[in-house]
Amino acid sequence: MTPASSIRSVADLEVGSVVAEASFLLTRDSLVHYAGASGDFNPIHYRDDIAQSVGLSGVLAHGMLTMGLAVQPVVDWAGDPARVIDYQVRFTRPVFVDATNGATVTVVAKVGAIETESGVARIDLTVTFNGSTVLGKAQARVNLA
Amino acid sequence: MNPELQGRVFPPVAPYLVGREKVREFSRAVFATNPINHDPEAARAAGHADVVAPPTFAVVVQEATLAQLLAEPDGGIDFTRVVHGDQRFSYTRPIVAGDELTATLAVTSIKTLGGHSMLTAESTIVDQTGGHVVTAISTLVVRGDE
Repeated sequence: MTPASSIRSVADLEVGSVVAEASFLLTRDSLVHYAGASGDFNPIHYRDDIAQSVGLSGVLAHGMLTMGLAVQPVVDWAGDPARVIDYQVRFTRPVFVDATNGATVTVVAKVGAIETESGVARIDLTVTFNGSTVLGKAQARVNLA
Repeated sequence: MNPELQGRVFPPVAPYLVGREKVREFSRAVFATNPINHDPEAARAAGHADVVAPPTFAVVVQEATLAQLLAEPDGGIDFTRVVHGDQRFSYTRPIVAGDELTATLAVTSIKTLGGHSMLTAESTIVDQTGGHVVTAISTLVVRGDE
């Protein structure tokens, strides 16, 4: 059976309403895992000494990891990853991942715009770490047709 | 950075064969738990040929094109000063396991703001039939001298 979404069309949506919320705990293990899966082995994502040598306070998450996880609540809401037809972000602040406590990233997804004719909804993401947003203009276009 | 990079189109990189286990591994790494990312049966039931990659998976295919850009002999891009500014993926269809994808990079814009340079690179990714799958667009910020 198809794990289809309960949302059937953009007609059910309202601009400004929250469609999904989630929190993710990132640990150093998450960063090592993402490095291997993505092939991005920049050592600022696993070595504090190297991160500090370029003026950072410590190891930070790959921006692409934050981008990748931030869209997952939208995928689950839409029911199928194929429905995300366009996704963009601006990397505005680093997510520092503490060696002991990790870092919690929260995502709130709201309807930003509705394209009635094409059946596409623009979902705007607010992605926060430590009280500040870390992504700007984070928008996913989702085909609900 | 060499301003003459603007408009340059690079040769296509070697084809990337999308493996099912790679899609699953990447999915786990970005906390993608949807069965369509992991289970071929769930993917087929939803109308896909095999497991579907998460929306940001295209970065794995794009990576070789950005390596090409940074290695360009006359590019003048100091890798140690590069910061990822923006990223976008625009899909014609999703990436699924079994796809053989070829990426071609073009530098579409170079701007200088203060001491910093901003370069926008578009990697156009097509399948084995030549059909468009996704365009991955990155804006790289190259910090100027402090």
